[in-house]
Order: sequence, then C-alpha cells, then structure tokens
Amino acid sequence: MNRVTHIAANTFREAVRDRVLYNLIAFALLLSGAAILVGQISIAIERLVVVNLGLTAVSLFGVVIAIFIGIGLVSKEMDKRTLYTVLSRPVRRWEFIVGKFFGLTGTLVVNTFCMAIGVFAALLYVSHKFQSSDAWIVVALFFIVLQFLILCSLALLFSSFSSPLLSAVFTFSLFVIGSFAEDLRGFAGMSHGLTRWLATAAAYLVPNFSALNVIGQVAHEQPISAHLIAYNTAYALAYSAMAICGAVLIFERRNLK
Amino acid sequence: MSAIEILGLEKTYSVGFWRKRPKCALRPLNLVVENGEIFGFLGPNGAGKTTTLKMLMGLVFPTGGSARILGMELDDPRMKAQIGFLPEQPYFYDYLTARELLKYYGQLSGVEASQLAGKVEEALERVSLRDAADLQLRKFSKGMLQRAGIAQAILHDPKVVFLDEPMSGLDPMGRREVRDLIEELKRQGKTVFFSTHILSDAEALCDRVAVIHLGELRGVGHVAELTSSIAGKVELIWNGRTVPAGLTGLGAECHVIGETIRAVLPEGQQEAALEILRRERLRLISLIPVRSSLEEYYLQKVSPEAMPAVGAR
Repeated sequence: MNRVTHIAANTFREAVRDRVLYNLIAFALLLSGAAILVGQISIAIERLVVVNLGLTAVSLFGVVIAIFIGIGLVSKEMDKRTLYTVLSRPVRRWEFIVGKFFGLTGTLVVNTFCMAIGVFAALLYVSHKFQSSDAWIVVALFFIVLQFLILCSLALLFSSFSSPLLSAVFTFSLFVIGSFAEDLRGFAGMSHGLTRWLATAAAYLVPNFSALNVIGQVAHEQPISAHLIAYNTAYALAYSAMAICGAVLIFERRNLK
Repeated sequence: MSAIEILGLEKTYSVGFWRKRPKCALRPLNLVVENGEIFGFLGPNGAGKTTTLKMLMGLVFPTGGSARILGMELDDPRMKAQIGFLPEQPYFYDYLTARELLKYYGQLSGVEASQLAGKVEEALERVSLRDAADLQLRKFSKGMLQRAGIAQAILHDPKVVFLDEPMSGLDPMGRREVRDLIEELKRQGKTVFFSTHILSDAEALCDRVAVIHLGELRGVGHVAELTSSIAGKVELIWNGRTVPAGLTGLGAECHVIGETIRAVLPEGQQEAALEILRRERLRLISLIPVRSSLEEYYLQKVSPEAMPAVGAR
C-alpha cells in the first residue's frame, strides 16, 4: 500500500508542478468578476445566479482537468518510457494504476476545495451572510467530486488501451451521454423490442451523471435527501471501482513496447 | 544458483491491421549469467537485445520459455527489489529534481526511510551529480540524464544490474566514469548485464559476452576465448634487415621496421618459421599468438553467413 501512496503523491506533485492548479487563479478571478457583475444586474436572484454559475464552473473546470490529465496518466508514461523504471521495481501493475487514480482524484479534491472557497466568497459578497440552506452547496460539491471519481476512472480505463486522443473522445462522450442518463432511461421505458433492450442496456451501462447533478436543486435552496446522498456515494464508488478493475485487467496483460 | 537463467525465452509479436502476421523478435534464447560476472549483450539495432531486457524486467511478456533472476520468477517483487535497471535512452519525470527522483525510486524499491537520504546522496556522488541534485531534470543534458539513470539503477544496492546501452549519450569522460562504475560494481560482487553497441567498452569490461542478431543467439563465451579462437595466427618479431628466404613460402606477411622484422603467419607454420630463424642465426624478440579484436568476432557473427549457436552457457 505504501507504493500506491508514493505513486499517488508523485502524480499529485506532477499536476501541481505542471501548473494545473493555476486554473484556480483564473477561476477565482472569473467568479469574483461574475459575482460583482451579477450583483449589479440581477435583483433578488443574485444568490441563485452565483450558486448556479459557481457550481457549474467548479464542475466544468474539474471535468476538463479529470479528462485531460486522466487520459495521459498511463499513455504518457508509456510514450515517455518513465514506466520502465517504475515497473522494473517491486511495483505491481495494479499498484501503479490505483496510485495514479488516487493521485489524480487527490488533485481534483484539492482543486474543488479551493474553488469551493471561491464560490462561498462570491456568495458572501452578494448575500452578505450565509444561511442554513447553503449547507446543501457542500452536498452538491460532494456530488461533483463523485463525478470526478467516475471520470478519472473512465479516463484511466481508456488510457490503459488507447491513444490519448481516443481516450479523451471516449471519456468526454460518456460524460455527455451520462449527463442525459435519466432521459435515456425514460426513452428506454417508452420503446419496445430490441430498441428497448439496447436503450436499457446503454442507459445502465453509461455513468449516471444526471443523478449526480443537483446544482439546480441547490440553487433553488431545495434539500437533498439522505437516501440520494447514500445512493450516489455507493453508485460512484462501485462504478469507479469497476472501471479501475477494468483498467487493471487490461494493463496487467499489456506489453510495454 | 546463477544470477540470471534464461531458458528458451522467446517473443513473437502479432503485427498488421488485424494482428494476424507474426513477427519474431526473439527466437528461443538460452543463456546463463553467473554471479559476479560482467556480461555484455551485443548485437546491432533490432537484434532483440532490448526485447530480452524488457522481458527480464517484466515489461514485455514472453510468448515462450522462462527465465529466473537470482533463482526467482520474473514477476516476484522480492527479486525486483534486488535488481537495478537502466533503460535505453532513459527519460524521467522531468518536473522532479535529481534528488527527488532518486528519493521516489528509493521509496518504490522499498529502501527504509531512515536510510533513504543517505543512499540518495551516495548515488548522486557516485555519478557526479551532486552539484545538480536540486535542478529539475528538464534542465538536464542527455549525458546528465544518463547519469541520473545509472544512479537510480544502483541506488538501492541491487545484486544484479541491467544496463541497456549505458554509454549512450556520454562524452569520453562520462564513458570512462561509467566504465569505472561498472568495474566498481564487479568489485563489490554485483552481477552486471549490459547491452552495448560500443564493442571496445565490452571488450575492456566484460568477462563474457553474447552476440545476438535477428533475434538469434549467434555466440557466447569468454572474451579472451572468443577473440583467440578465430585468429589462428602468430606474430614473430626478430632482429634483422632482410626477410629470410622460405618465410614468405610459409604464408607469412612480413614488415621491416628499422632493425626489426615483424611477420604474421598461420599458427601451423610456427615451428617451420622458428627453424628458419634458427638456421639463419637470427635473434628472436617475441612470439605471440595474434588475437583478433572483439569487433572482428562480432562482425563475423552478425554476417549473413554466420550460423546460429545452440543455447550456450
């Protein structure tokens, strides 16, 4: 387990040194500017706009980071042959994959934490005080982190057998389709025969990102049920674990030419 | 127990769009490297040297045969903790400094935290990188990267060190330092298995070499034996100004250099030539067998006519 920790720490360090977290500065500036602007042009719905804008930005920034770092996690190491000196040590291949996964998710958690501070600061600026319903923003942020877990594992899965470009296309496509997973399930319920079978299979195969998106609900100060929190947590962990297992199974058999 | 035992190790890749066309990268290879040996693995580009090393490191899976290092299977982490590997043209995490890189690799190799800092400093010292220890690797020259690569290979005090083209990218001074380092590893009782194109280095360093070409082992043995076995000639030097009659008839190539004459002739004619010199009362200065260079042996083995050797020890 020690080796997994060292690989994760090195992956995190790579993200920091490659200035990935610099996007936080851009994010903070963007959000501060937006908050000031919205505060001036919207009357009575400043809070709604800031929560919507802030959480969507947190999500989008994270998705971009998860995909673009995730797709290179394995392939970049293979292309640059940095993997050779790692796997010739007493490091098992699954330890490498799991370490990479934790390193990237760690980066995204830190990223999200920093951006969340920006969101709350902007909220404080427009509302002048926090209220109890703001606690649901934390839940929305938690769900966003769960989305990142799934995306990281998918990016890693695709990265373990395809090129970075294809991995990006696959992961982003699944993110888009998964964002409409509930609609896909509705469509499956309405169709018949083979179409129903295929649509149902696809609806349950793609990650259900729509269930993890509660930004609208939170912006309207609606509470999130404990059942949904438990279900989404279990779902994201199980989905990520399966994708990671898939990545490990593929990577275990791969020749590093 | 030998350091490295390779038994019928082979690799065939499937190539082409449908991956149906087989491409043989390594034909069944049998090789044994003893403990404490410096073993040179020679061959031209595409001969199968790197494929062999990658299979031994567990980076590529063999399609047949097996190998053991220090008596353990190739996927055994206990074995991997006792080996060091320098890949060809190494590239490392360039956002790390040399010190951070070595610390990271030391952690992965299972070096105890209390000993890690000391081992890192020692490795930096051995490859003369102490002054550049806190410089990010992206600012390193090719030669410095090669040194960092050697440092990470020896950092954890491995029993067997695999070096793929260790002299590549190094200036004459750097090559000399690597040669000294390999000799030092031998003095410490380590086994060194290295592939190289630079035959003079192999000749100077190796106890034994193997020549591989087109995925086939073409020859293996002690450097001295290999180089003498193909020569079969002797060199005679004596005092004199003229070449005695009869010597040229023995197939000797004679060169007059001032007061001395040097003749190279087939080993079988040695006694006849000595008899002629005795008869002419000429003073013999030296008589030595002519040894060919490793380069000649190598070229002979990689020529299209060379027959592959059967697995050798």
